Amino acid sequence: MSVADIKDLVVSFASDHGAVKAVDGVSLTVEKGEVLAIVGESGSGKTVTAKTILGLLPETATASGAVVLTRSTGGDVDVVTLSRSQLREVRGTDVAMIFQEPSTALNPVFTVGWQIAEGLRAHERVSGAAAKAKAIDILRQVGIPDPETRVNYYPHQFSGGQKQRIVIAMALVLRPGLIVADEPTTALDVTVQAEILDLLRSLRDDYGTAIVLITHNMGVVADLSDRVAVMYQGKVVEQARTRELFANPQAQYTRDLLAAVPYVGQGRAGAAARLSGRAVGAAAPLVKATDLVIEYPGRLGRGGFRAVDGVSFSIGAGEVLGLVGESGSGKTTIGRSIAGLTKATGGSLDVLGTEMVGFKEREFRKHRVDIGFVFQDPASSFNPLLTIAQCVAEPLIVHRRAGDVASARGRVDELLEAVQLPRSYGDRYPHELSGGQRQRASLARALALQPKLLIADEPTSALDVSVQARVLELFAELQSEFGFACLFISHDLAVVDILADRIAVLYKGKLVEEGTGAEVLGDPKHPYTQRLLASLPVPDPVAQAERRELLRALRAADPVG
Amino acid sequence: MTTTPAPAPTTAPTTVSRRRLIDRIPVVHQVRQSYGVQRFMLVTGLILTLVFVILAIFAPLIAPYGYAQLRDDSGAFGAQEEPSAQHLWGTTVGGYDVLSRVIWGAQTGLFVIVVAVVLSIFLGVLLGLISGYLGGWLDRVLVVIADAIYAFPSLLLAIVMAIVLSGGQSGLVPGVFAAAISLTVVYIPQYFRVIRAETTRIKNEAFVESARVIGASTPRIMFKHVLRNATRTLPLIFTLNSSEAILTLAGLGFLGFGIEPSSAAEWGYDLNKAISDVTSGIWWTALFPGLAIVFVVLGITLVGESLNDLADPRLRGRRSVAASAGLTAQTSVTAGGVIDPPGGLTGLEEPER
Repeated sequence: MSVADIKDLVVSFASDHGAVKAVDGVSLTVEKGEVLAIVGESGSGKTVTAKTILGLLPETATASGAVVLTRSTGGDVDVVTLSRSQLREVRGTDVAMIFQEPSTALNPVFTVGWQIAEGLRAHERVSGAAAKAKAIDILRQVGIPDPETRVNYYPHQFSGGQKQRIVIAMALVLRPGLIVADEPTTALDVTVQAEILDLLRSLRDDYGTAIVLITHNMGVVADLSDRVAVMYQGKVVEQARTRELFANPQAQYTRDLLAAVPYVGQGRAGAAARLSGRAVGAAAPLVKATDLVIEYPGRLGRGGFRAVDGVSFSIGAGEVLGLVGESGSGKTTIGRSIAGLTKATGGSLDVLGTEMVGFKEREFRKHRVDIGFVFQDPASSFNPLLTIAQCVAEPLIVHRRAGDVASARGRVDELLEAVQLPRSYGDRYPHELSGGQRQRASLARALALQPKLLIADEPTSALDVSVQARVLELFAELQSEFGFACLFISHDLAVVDILADRIAVLYKGKLVEEGTGAEVLGDPKHPYTQRLLASLPVPDPVAQAERRELLRALRAADPVG
Repeated sequence: MTTTPAPAPTTAPTTVSRRRLIDRIPVVHQVRQSYGVQRFMLVTGLILTLVFVILAIFAPLIAPYGYAQLRDDSGAFGAQEEPSAQHLWGTTVGGYDVLSRVIWGAQTGLFVIVVAVVLSIFLGVLLGLISGYLGGWLDRVLVVIADAIYAFPSLLLAIVMAIVLSGGQSGLVPGVFAAAISLTVVYIPQYFRVIRAETTRIKNEAFVESARVIGASTPRIMFKHVLRNATRTLPLIFTLNSSEAILTLAGLGFLGFGIEPSSAAEWGYDLNKAISDVTSGIWWTALFPGLAIVFVVLGITLVGESLNDLADPRLRGRRSVAASAGLTAQTSVTAGGVIDPPGGLTGLEEPER
């Protein structure tokens, strides 16, 4: 029995530049108790399709076709044709939504109990006590410990993973037959992601709730879904059972997409080849941290926050060090302190022969020629009022390699071609480039002075998976061509594995493990590394089922963290 | 990882490296760049402002009589004469020609704007930039001073200035400076606050950090990267302040602290003298100076708003590039993304914000 039946759905948006079709003739069916994953890149129409199920389209959109929901009270409704008040009735009771960013999906000024009860009050007349009892009950079901007390807590008193559990509780409270989950784990750390995926799986198994899972992460798809629909340019290009799709993808696009997904173990051969190719010299390392401590000053009367706590590592010439950790582990802080953007407060950090603890910008400036930096967010890393050529020429002008933009243009064009952007893109403004193109231009700017050291702070985490694959490949090519040393910061083990010679794992400001890719990922010693590795979903449903068991065993053995 | 080769750049370089001369003249460039409602607003504002400026500069040639002229060859004008062929907009209670006074008044208005804005804008922007970017104790001191000045009413300050400069009744230059100096004192905190707020926001953006990593000197970061992004709202304040300058001057004149009619024409003074006329049905003495104030303020504000929108590539409206209607937006198909999407730039994924 189907819970939702989408037939020939077409959604067009009116934009300043005429109509844009976001969804083009999509037909999908969601069965009861089934997890249907919709995968695709940004702009493929997957989110629009899912929002149509709840009738959440903006006013500029027009939809045709049908989205037939089976109501819990019996009977069918076509969401596309419903009026606003009828839609309100359907939302919550028959279909609910889980949002991507749990910290913005909850209202910070109300208690979570009140917010859960709000959904109840919208649909039925309930007393305050009954609503609260129901909220406590649902919080217990989604795994919030001590729900009797915590029902009165405010959202900021919960961690990110717990907030997402509360968002799921809010979606679940009226027992809808269908839950639409829009990238439910994208904003979460990988170990927390595994727990949320477990929770979603139990919803399906215990309550028979159907889930439409929208994601770009093929590992999550392999972990949770029963059936997959691959969307591309507003169309469903392939639809199959999960195991079949991963084992035997039919459409060319699906094959490309799967091939682009990085997996752990991929980079081992490359790392070995690089290692043998590099002359092992006794040259002094470019960066050497000894018991490095970085503290952020606290508010008046309170102690500072220790973001990095006694970390020691070194980066040799031409070596790529991958720095892995979850949010808040201090990995970005280390990268910033090497570039002199954040002050190191204790221990010793030697960068290109300069001590960074208590450094003077005046003395360090001459070394800046040798340091390149690629930022995480491609949207804000370029001055919006300068063209790409002007931005890329900036380091050349600052260090007097060129007098002005016009005379630097030859070198700028070379750089743009090195990162595989057409020369003519130099005349465009940053907002006229896509995320991946901007990140490549950012790489061009970082390499303009041929630095000895490049710091890349999550350069691909804002990009689609196929774009990410291309940028990583380019990165590896450029690294072998120019031979710069690199600190590659990422939360994604598989990405780090592709590029890094050595991998350092950070956990709560401490370095828990360091070694070559084969050592750290092949045979992790520290329990945190083991858990991190086991939490990473692999794009293979069969292998992922085994890994899930492994993770469960690890969690049972070491419940801390 | 795919081994697909990167799609070759298939496009010929389409952009011309050097814009034609006509496109590089500041305002002309903006007019050509704009279209639709933005162009209408800009052109309307420009026409009003242009008329104002032309009247101000060429007042001696355009005005039929002098601002203090009471008689011509055929004798005295007479007071409160109705509009006629000789006096198109009539005469005031003091016997001046209204049309001439309005035209000459533009000159005084422009003078005040130029003096007040020039005195305040440079200092205000510079202080705001330094205060916002460097921070520390200097920032705190400047903010407190700016807040204190905010509490000071500008008109009162202008009156004090008028008395200090010339004992209350004054000629053209002291009258204009009384208004301009008091406005400067009040405007500096306005420019300061706006630029400081923008600067503190912008200095944490990745592109400023990127400039720091490159090794750009602090002045270069401040003036090249921060200032240009922080001045986005300046045309708006500049124009609002210009109109406020005119209003303050008029207010001074209206209160009797303005400029003697014998030393310059001034709309506020004329309005003051027209109060009693209105009740006795003499409309022309109040209407025309009043309209002059309204149109000048409107024109300058329209120009400011439009320039503000056009200066930012993200706010700038554009003509549609190609007929991409009904086509699905191209996403990155092949690994690495499309080099040139079919719909031109609009076919690309939506720019992040």
